[in-house]
Amino acid sequence: MNLTIEINGKKYQAEKGETILTVLNRNGIKVPTLCHMKNFIPSGACRMCVVELEGSAKLVSSCSFPVSDGMKINTHSPRVLDARKTIVELLLSNHPDDCLYCVRNANCELQQLSKEYHVVDRRIHGIKNKHKMDHSSLSIIRDPAKCILCGRCVRVCEEVMGVSCIEYINRGSKTLIGTSMGKGLNTSSCVNCGQCIMVCPTGALSERNQTAEIQDVLHNKDKVAVVQYAPSISVSLAEEFGMKPGQDINGILNAALRKIGFTYVFDTTFGADLTIMEESAELIDRIVKGKTMPMFTSCCPAWVKYAEEFAPDYLDNLSSCKSPQQMTGAIIKSYFAQQAKLEPKDIFSVSIMPCTAKKFEAQRDTMGREGINDVDMVLTTRELIELIKLHGIDMHNIEPELTDSPLGVRSSAGKIFGATGGVMEAALRTAYKQLTGNELTNFKINAVRGLEGHKEARIKINDMEIGVAVVSGLANAGKLIEEIRNGRNDLHFIEVMTCPGGCIAGGGQRIGITEKVIEARMNALYEIDDKETLKVSHKNPEIVELYANFLGEPLQHKSHTLLHTKYFKREVLL
Amino acid sequence: MEKAIDKILENYENCGRDSLIPLLQEIQEHEGYLSEVAIVKTGLKLKIPTSKIYGVATFYNQFRFEPIGKYHIMVCRGTACHVLGSATVLQELESILKIKAGQTSRDGLFSIEVVACIGACGLAPVININGEFFAKVTTEKLKEIVESFIAKEQTI
Amino acid sequence: MNNSVKHYLENLAAGIETDLNNGAFERNAGHDKTSIFIGAGTCGLGAGAAKTKAAIEEYLKFNTMEADIVEVGCIGFCAVEPIMDVRLPGRNRISFGKVTFDKVNDILNTVIAGKTMTENVLGQFMSDELKPWQGVNDINQHPFFVKQKRLVLKNCGVINPVSFEEYISRGGYAGFIKAVKTLSPEDVISAIEKSGLRGRGGGGFPTGTKWRLAFKTQADQKYMICNADEGDPGAFMDRAVIEGDPHRLLEGLAIGSYAVGATVAYIYIRAEYPLAIQRLKIAIKQAEEYGLLGHNILNTGYDLKIKIKMGAGAFVCGEETALMHSIEGFRGMPSPRPPFPAESGLFGKPSVINNVETYANISEIILRGADWFSSTGTDKSKGTKVFALSGNVKNTGLVEIPMGTTVRQIIFDIAGGIAFDKKFKAVQIGGPSGGCITEENLDIEIDYQNLLSVGAMMGSGGLVVMDEETCMVDIAKFFMDFIQRESCGKCIPCREGTKRMLEILQSITSKPKSNDDKDALERFQGVMQLEKLAKVIKETSLCGLGQSAPNPVLSTLRYFRHEYEAHVFERVCPAGKCTDLRKFHIIVDKCTGCTACSKKCPTSAIIGSRKAPHFIQEDKCIGCGACYETCKFDAIEMI
Repeated sequence: MNLTIEINGKKYQAEKGETILTVLNRNGIKVPTLCHMKNFIPSGACRMCVVELEGSAKLVSSCSFPVSDGMKINTHSPRVLDARKTIVELLLSNHPDDCLYCVRNANCELQQLSKEYHVVDRRIHGIKNKHKMDHSSLSIIRDPAKCILCGRCVRVCEEVMGVSCIEYINRGSKTLIGTSMGKGLNTSSCVNCGQCIMVCPTGALSERNQTAEIQDVLHNKDKVAVVQYAPSISVSLAEEFGMKPGQDINGILNAALRKIGFTYVFDTTFGADLTIMEESAELIDRIVKGKTMPMFTSCCPAWVKYAEEFAPDYLDNLSSCKSPQQMTGAIIKSYFAQQAKLEPKDIFSVSIMPCTAKKFEAQRDTMGREGINDVDMVLTTRELIELIKLHGIDMHNIEPELTDSPLGVRSSAGKIFGATGGVMEAALRTAYKQLTGNELTNFKINAVRGLEGHKEARIKINDMEIGVAVVSGLANAGKLIEEIRNGRNDLHFIEVMTCPGGCIAGGGQRIGITEKVIEARMNALYEIDDKETLKVSHKNPEIVELYANFLGEPLQHKSHTLLHTKYFKREVLL
Repeated sequence: MEKAIDKILENYENCGRDSLIPLLQEIQEHEGYLSEVAIVKTGLKLKIPTSKIYGVATFYNQFRFEPIGKYHIMVCRGTACHVLGSATVLQELESILKIKAGQTSRDGLFSIEVVACIGACGLAPVININGEFFAKVTTEKLKEIVESFIAKEQTI
Repeated sequence: MNNSVKHYLENLAAGIETDLNNGAFERNAGHDKTSIFIGAGTCGLGAGAAKTKAAIEEYLKFNTMEADIVEVGCIGFCAVEPIMDVRLPGRNRISFGKVTFDKVNDILNTVIAGKTMTENVLGQFMSDELKPWQGVNDINQHPFFVKQKRLVLKNCGVINPVSFEEYISRGGYAGFIKAVKTLSPEDVISAIEKSGLRGRGGGGFPTGTKWRLAFKTQADQKYMICNADEGDPGAFMDRAVIEGDPHRLLEGLAIGSYAVGATVAYIYIRAEYPLAIQRLKIAIKQAEEYGLLGHNILNTGYDLKIKIKMGAGAFVCGEETALMHSIEGFRGMPSPRPPFPAESGLFGKPSVINNVETYANISEIILRGADWFSSTGTDKSKGTKVFALSGNVKNTGLVEIPMGTTVRQIIFDIAGGIAFDKKFKAVQIGGPSGGCITEENLDIEIDYQNLLSVGAMMGSGGLVVMDEETCMVDIAKFFMDFIQRESCGKCIPCREGTKRMLEILQSITSKPKSNDDKDALERFQGVMQLEKLAKVIKETSLCGLGQSAPNPVLSTLRYFRHEYEAHVFERVCPAGKCTDLRKFHIIVDKCTGCTACSKKCPTSAIIGSRKAPHFIQEDKCIGCGACYETCKFDAIEMI
């Protein structure tokens, strides 16, 4: 720290090359931002972070202005506060006046700024832009009328995902965020990951909300409502209900789901174990028989759609396994239906996911048989929270309950699916056993743990060296595929998660989480893994029973029919 | 049409993003406008997502996504032209041709575009038809000009 | 390739004293052939120069005469285009204005017969060696030219812009050769700094300082960029320079590139200037042919490639960072500064962006010295400035005046005063980023500081003169409308703020939807907002476009507040321009009931039977004035 700058009359240390905003944040001086995103080059679009700089006639944006020795700034002078308030008012003058009816009511950054800057009059009137909503996608709804053009969604889609299905269209006050040729989101290259929703400050982007639909189902006496929930769900609800971020409330979740009206409550983590059985067998099969390598995981539907659009030449490399959600769904409507003496068509199978792409996945043609869907409806964590609140459930005052059999027991290997690297670790544990006949002495494979976007490891199994890679954030997947296209051939198995950090940071999760929260969730999952004794999928007694009584062997005919799927090249506007 | 686009694209092998605008300009010069096919092919050639290409094309006034008329009339909207009555000229033109700025007549003969400034301010109001300039245009002169083009059409 | 030109350039490069005329490579060496020059810039063509040229060709064919027809650029006297000059062997070049195709025969007959005529004559180009015309003034003494100091426009309208020889014969590329052969980059930058040259694009930033910053920044690649986007509506200085004297720009650009250390230069030119683009392409090719551009120029080891990039129609791309993004192939949306282009610009490399006119000044500064340049102009604003005069003046066109000339001199002496002898009201300087100068400030000396002090700005040089029939609120609305269309939309204050300001201006220049109080209250609130919004937009916008967008409004509010008040409180437009607010009234005594007006009315607002006095219904009237124009009995008055 070799520079000194003066902020609001006090001196602070700074380093050459830093922006004013970095110094402000480090010292707890809060300045509002709308377009700023950590680790992205500042765009200087919203002008909310302006500060007064001595010697400058104009106000300067602190997010982009570099520090210099001896500079004097004022962050909250009347001139600055007035400017910021006017900017908020200008946004409001072109924004729908319907907060109470908006999906982001009480959780909207514009609303918050309006409150902070004490906007209590409609001083600036304007003719508001009329834009049509885009309801075409199964996962994401776009409402450009509420868009404040901060550009975060565009940058995430371009820089983090490498998909770039949305961009600024037109110019000036006619600008809007749109797709190629202005068509619906469903015909674009959008992979449905929902990360755009996670960074959107207003209600311009949201998930396809199906809470009204599920209410109808739950009241329908003719249907048996069955629910499964992803491994990360139980550690992703805590902070919404005033508990410590990352706290695992699995038992409470089970009880709440029953209170909401679901007859049977299953755990997708069971399905994760099932996926490991099939996928590990598939990996070994490919290695031993010299089939197409490397193999990519296929449990992330946004990644699958990405591969179908951007890397159709690698579809043979994608594991043919369905995702845990879909496998669980398939088993519910066959194995479970038989056991419970229910007609598959009378079961309404719902899943709770931290993901918006799962809504798309459930509707894929290949996910079902004879007109019966594996999964009928997918609800995001956000929709679950709505249901919990709607039913007046006090999460602090209910007795935890157990999941139902025969899809209720799970290993901790399945649980860590929620974090990036978890699928890899779980698969390696089972593959090791299947190849060597022995269990790993140390189940923790640290090389694949952590929140970095690209991790690699080399695992010795017998006299083979297996090269594995774990990527999260599709841009990292894209880069790795390029390397492989250019000849890289030292990898056998690659885990791809679309959302940076894995499903715990999925596009269907609670909006407004920080890096610390994601870390807490990740740590919670690995703590469960530490504490529990059932650490491997192949020892899950319900899994063993399922194969013994129903499926036979992994990759055999029944497994193949129920638990495996196909992919095809997608013609979309890339 | 596709063949023509392919031919233009041949000259842009291994080109970077900075070739995008010149390439789109070349395609539009040949085809008269940017079609979806053109944008998709450009995206594949330069390895740029089509949403970005569409975003660039819609930003600039020059690019259009629909064909123009046989006689494309550009009316200048600059300061000098405004002070000397270009708004009336535009109004009159729209009423004669029965189309608004940005549209093409149904017979495909005429289209109107309002441009920022042609740079011939000394001779305002100015209009440009297929590259031919007409200066100090009054509503009377305008009628004559349009009629002369219609007459030219009829002799073909 | 012309070998004597090649030889001359080689001599210059080797430092051998060479006499320009000795080379005798100007067209018509010894002047043994007739030349007929025709002003064929965009404005000349607009005035009918093509037809004039055809008539000249006809004349020559008919009279089996041999003569060179030379198309020259714009001399700046647009009001009298088409301009035709004739140079007979041994005689001064004589210039004629308003030479439409029907006048060609008579003029050429008279001139070739050796006689002079007073009609259409503008003047003659004086020369010591040639025989003058009797009774014809020196063209430089013409009221339009006498107060001008033509340095940048020296060759425009005089030389053939596609003739490399003619540029050379007037000292072309001597500056560049001096720079690369005898001066170090540091010497060049010092000269420019000493000269006091300031950016002519509008910013007025000291050019030498900009160059030095880029010079100091270490990098493996640097870029020199010429901003020829000229987006200001009402500005056509750059177009004239490029169409009329393209090498001047290239030479200045090349000298600058050498000084800064750039080996690639871009000329970003608006696509709406096809003729200028054509001329530039030819000029670049010529310069490359003669070894003045390309690899190892004149054996100095210095490389320079000049590329042309066409704009695609976005005024905001005249802003430095937006321009660079456009060259890079992106949407032309500005980026925050700092970092400045001289540190990190095009493709992330140090880049210098200057305007066409700035570059056009460079070669003479290097050739004649910084002191020569700074001897013209005022204390803080050195040199000359080219202005594009348009609007309600008699002589529209391009003028180049020494800094310090007063606005009054430009409008009333050079431009001949207000057209149709109407009354002067205001002159807009600086286009949509500028402000207006009124009667009280007409004697202000043109200088960067002076203009700022009265709420205007130099801008790129567009001067739009307005007479008493101009409504200043309408002008403010016009500029705000332009800004709104051209705003890139990235930052909130400009995108939303200028829209709100435009809506307010629209509401006070149009008919109220209803007469109730709520509407009126909203209107008054809106007007009070104007100044407040203007302040925030000026202070917080991301780029110069937004920061200067409110200027026309603020300037007109400052000097014409009473007009605004008339619009808001009395709902009347004093200048009679805002049609929505116009009211017409039929004088009963004068009306003959001929029904001509009611037939013309687009909204059927006029009622009355044949031979009986008619009546205009105020609520249906849109103020278009069609009835007023139609009535042959003066029975309709505007109130």
